[in-house]
Formats: sequence, C-alpha cells, structure tokens
Amino acid sequence: MANPAAAVSAPDAGRAKISASGVDVFYGAKHALKKVSVEIGERQVVAFIGPSGCGKSTFLRCLNRMNDTIAGCRVTGDIRLDRGDIYAPEVDVVQLRARVGMVFQKPNPFPKSIYDNVAYGPRIHGLAGSKAELDALVEGALKGAALWNEVSDRLDSPGTGLSGGQQQRLCIARAIAVSPEVILMDEPCSALDPIATAHVEELIDGLRERYTIVIVTHNMQQAARVSQRTAFFHLGELVEEDDTSAIFTNPRDERTQGYITGRYG
Amino acid sequence: MTDATLAAAPPSDLAGRPQDGPSLHMTEAARARLRRRYAADRRFRQAGLGAVVFGVVALGFLLFTILSNGLTAFRQTELRLDFAFSREIIAPDGKVDPQSIRAADWARVVRESLQARFPDARDRRGARLVEALVSPGAQGQLMDMVLADPGLIGQTRSVWVLAASDIDMVLKGHADRAVPEESRRVNDRQLAWMGALEKDGALRLSFNTRFFTGADSRYPELVGILGGILGSLYTLAITLALAFPLGVMAAIYLEEFAPKNRITDLIEVNINNLAAVPSIVFGLLGLAVFLNVFGMPRSAPLVGGCVLALMSLPIIIIAARAALRAVPPSIREAALGLGASRLQVVLHHVLPLAMPGILTGTILSMAHALGETAPLLMIGMVAFIVDVPSGPLDAATVLPVQIFMWADSPERGFVEKTSAAILVLLVFLLGMNALAIWLRKKFERRW
Repeated sequence: MANPAAAVSAPDAGRAKISASGVDVFYGAKHALKKVSVEIGERQVVAFIGPSGCGKSTFLRCLNRMNDTIAGCRVTGDIRLDRGDIYAPEVDVVQLRARVGMVFQKPNPFPKSIYDNVAYGPRIHGLAGSKAELDALVEGALKGAALWNEVSDRLDSPGTGLSGGQQQRLCIARAIAVSPEVILMDEPCSALDPIATAHVEELIDGLRERYTIVIVTHNMQQAARVSQRTAFFHLGELVEEDDTSAIFTNPRDERTQGYITGRYG
Repeated sequence: MTDATLAAAPPSDLAGRPQDGPSLHMTEAARARLRRRYAADRRFRQAGLGAVVFGVVALGFLLFTILSNGLTAFRQTELRLDFAFSREIIAPDGKVDPQSIRAADWARVVRESLQARFPDARDRRGARLVEALVSPGAQGQLMDMVLADPGLIGQTRSVWVLAASDIDMVLKGHADRAVPEESRRVNDRQLAWMGALEKDGALRLSFNTRFFTGADSRYPELVGILGGILGSLYTLAITLALAFPLGVMAAIYLEEFAPKNRITDLIEVNINNLAAVPSIVFGLLGLAVFLNVFGMPRSAPLVGGCVLALMSLPIIIIAARAALRAVPPSIREAALGLGASRLQVVLHHVLPLAMPGILTGTILSMAHALGETAPLLMIGMVAFIVDVPSGPLDAATVLPVQIFMWADSPERGFVEKTSAAILVLLVFLLGMNALAIWLRKKFERRW
C-alpha cells in the first residue's frame, strides 16, 4: 500500500499533466461546477473527495470530454492536457479519449469475451499490426491489471461472467490496453467488496509508475491509501487541493476539516 | 433505566393511542383486515384466470370452426370415365398440332363420354344434368393429356377427372340429401348417377394438389392458393426490403445522433401518429402517388409492397428505437471512454445488442402486413387473377384478399376453400412468429 507521506516515486513525476483553470460546468440552468482550477501532476494519483453531488464526477468527466454526450451540458474555462487545450475546436475527442482513459463506477464490460473486451480499444485505434501483436497487447494489459493469472485459461468466456472485482479489473485492463497517458476512475470501488477493493487499490498503486491517475472516491481511507494529492470539492467548488498527507492531517479550510472528521458528507 | 421508562409510560402506538392487550397486528380487527386482503388477492387471481380461460376457449372455438370447415378442402372429388379421343372431334381436318388440339371441341369429348356411360341421360334435360356432374376443368385436363401425348388420338382411355363442386359437396356431406329435391342443387337423377359411379368405384376423394399449385378460378373445385401465396411473398419481400433498412436507419439516427430539439420532437410525435393511421389511408396514398403520379402498374406486388412498407415503417421505427433505448447507457459510455467514435459505438455495441428487439419488432410488423387487406384493395390487388404471378410486376392478389374474395363468393364450394385459405395464412403467420423467436434466440446466444 502506498505511503502517502512518500510523495512521489517515478522520475519526472509532478510535472503538470493536466491543468485546469476557471472551469465552470452548467447542466441547463444548474451551475454544477464553479471556477475550478487545479493542476494534476504527471504519474501521480490524485484523489477527488467530497460529499455526493459536489461536482467531483462532473469535473472528472470534463477531463476526457465525456460531458459532451450529455444534452444540455456546457463547459467553460480552460483545461489543458500537456499544455494543449482539450476544448479547442480542432481537438478530436476520439484521440483525446484514447489519451485519457476512463474506468466507471459500475463495472461495465462489453457483453463479449474477455479477450475481445481488452482487444476492442487496440482494434479500433489500429494499435496492433498482427494477431500475435494483439495477443501480446491483451496479455500485457491483463497482466498490468493483475487479472492475467485468473483468466488466462478462459479468454474466450464472456467478460460479464466474471465476479464484480474481476470485471472492474477487466475494465482497467481494457482502459490500459489503449496505452493512455491519464486514467480517470469514477468511484471504481464503490460496487466492490473489501477484498476486491484491496485488489484494485493495490493495482492503482502499481499503475502510478506508468500513468497519471485521477480517482473520485467517497471513501476517505481509500483516498489516503492510494493518492499523493487530494482535492476536496464542496457544492461545486474546489475547496482545497494539497498533498494527501496535508489534507488529512492539517486541512486549511474548516469545511475540509469537517468533512474528513465525519461531521457531514 | 430502560425498564423504568417502559414501566412509567403505558404502551401506545405511534399515533398516541393507548395499546394494551395483544400486539397491534394480532387483534381480531387486524385478522379481519388480513382476511379481506387475501380475499381480494384471490378474486384478482380468479378474474385473471377467467380471462385466460375465456381467451383459450374462444381461440379453440375459432380453430375448431376453421378446421372443421376447411380440412375437407384439401381433398377433392374425382370421377372416372372412359374418354374416347376420337380423331373426328380432336383433329377433324387431319392436322395434329398443338394449335388445332387447343381449338378442338373438348366439351363434346366430355359430353359423349358421359352419354356413353349414362345412356338414360340422352334427353335434353338429362344431358344438361349429366354434364353438370363433371367440372369444366376436366376439358383442360383432357386437352393437356393429348398435348403431352398426341398418340392418344383415336384411342379410348379411362381417366380420373375432377367432379363438379356440387357433387363434391354432396360426397363430403356439406349438402343435405334430405332437403326437398326442388331446393337442392343436385337432384335425384344426379344422385342416382353418383350412386352408380360409387358402386363401380369410379368416385373418389383424392388429395387436392391443384389447391397448392393454382390460382383463382370462378369454379370452387378449380381454385388454388399458390397465386395468393406468391403474391403475398413478393409483396412482403418488397415491404421488408424497403421498410427494414429505412426504419432501422431512421431509428438509429433519431435515437443516437439527432439533437433533441423541436424538429426532432415533432418528427417523433408524427411517427407515433403515423403508426396509428388507419391502413386504408395508406392505400389511398398509394393510389394517389404510386399509381396516379408515378404511373406504376396496377394490382402489382411492387406497389402493394411499397404501400405496406409505408404502413410498416412507423411500427419498425418505434420498435427499433425502443430496442436501442433498452441498451444500457453504461455500454455506450464504456465504448466512448475508450475512444470509439459514435458510429463505432452504434455499430459495434448498441446495434448488436438491440438486434433481437429490432428483429422481433420487424417480423411482427411483417406479420401485420401479411394480414393487411384494406390498403391493397385501393391499389387494385383485389382483382380476379387466374395466373400464378411470376414476379413482383405481375398482377397478383395476396392471401387475405384472396380469402376476402372467396368468402364473398356465393357458391357453397367456396366455404371450405375460404377456411382452407385461412389455415394457410395462419400457418404462414405461425411460421413468421417462429422465425422471430428463433432469430431472437440466435442473436442472444452470441453474447
């Protein structure tokens, strides 16, 4: 398990991978996110915490423009991935989402075989030149998601037949098979039991060496365990963002203090 | 401390009413309420069961009526007579070629054969009566024999020919022999001749192949259903080819791509309205547009298919949209999150998952179209057509229209043919529904 005090491990970690400034999100007339500015360092795990409905998932979905698919949703402000504006008109969302992968709250494997689930991304992006390359890619992704040993003998069986925790790791394998730079995780453990959660958390800690990870969680122990930086959202505002150890031991804002000590949330 | 509180306050329910004695749910009043609830439950179940029993009985009665009326149509009465293919009738000028064989007086061949068999029918009235035993189709049957083998000319052959419909009805028991002679279609002399034939073993019921190979006729014993079957198949093929791709495309666009605004709302409302428009209106549209403006052929399955496609389109669109909407959004999000384009999301994930629902909806709408009559009347598919259509441009009729026309005919012989045609139509509908179930199962197994 990661020690939050040992801030970073990978080289060049900490350089801003994503920087957002003044981001507002509206759902129709509802102002869901107000003037959010945050920097997310490369090869770090950043946790977004906050009470339900505080906008943390909304902000997460801005980072790969998944909000585009919601009718009536409007995003203003500036979000940059490697200094490139991801809301610029010339940006291709298909390419953006290949660079910024996503794992959802509820495990959502395709109703296809385990192999096809993982191979889908590389196939649509044309990442594998041959069947052998694709096989190697699938194996690598499943190993990266710590699932290979459990499923290597039944790659042809349906992904929907796995247990909840295995399905979520399959979804992570599916996301990393595309070789993204950033992985967004929207409460990836909320539908899992404690043992499966421990598996996924361990996995996240390992993935940090290669990917920038943004994780939304309701579970503050989880945020403390897996992340180096933590951002606290409240009522659509980003209240505080700091090293995880600082947030949990010495929060500057009293709302943060109240939330992490369990007075509300 | 807890004990002290309990002792201090007398027990009361949430509304503050004092509660002493047995528990709230164990009183006599509570038991009575429970009994009433169970009684209501039971009454509801019995009403439901009653509705199902009524439906089954009604269906059973319908099937029994159709089967008892229609099954006899699959067998047809034939009688055996000796026919003399004399040279002076068939080739009076000595020429034996198909043209002169066709032009020969075949009625005379039949008449002379009958008079030879029944010498007591040589009077004028008797001649007419005895000729009424044999179907007019016998002449064509004999002609075809000679056309196939001209060597028969000059010989005498014993041949089973079709009996007239009246004789058929008597033999099948559909005409009551006890009715007074003057109100019977078959009189006593004809009955006596029938008896004589029966005694010789020259009267039989045989399988009615003509019913499955022929088209319409004025004579009930000569009709066939193949014309209607092929007409229906051509029509449905056109309908499917037009309505399925158009409907699925429209549904995909509206459900997955179209922006939600006033125009798409208006389109949606109109599609729902079109699904409820009476089918005869589509027939009028077909008449006005396809026949009058585009000048397409009358009575043709091509036009019928176009009209039925217009009628099926809204139903297919609605079914396909419902099937697309039933695909869980998490699948779309998963694919979008991987960087799939919207088209890839639809083609790779949503459409395959929606396919069973789309196919079921499509086949049910096709079954609906198969049973449709009214719009086809408007475009002339109600015509009397004696040839089996050989393509979608030939004049044709369809099964339900054929049933309608036979049911409208006065001859007693058409009653069983009508029921038999209904049986054929039902078999087709059952087949289509079975296909829908099979396709559904097949596509579901892939996942």
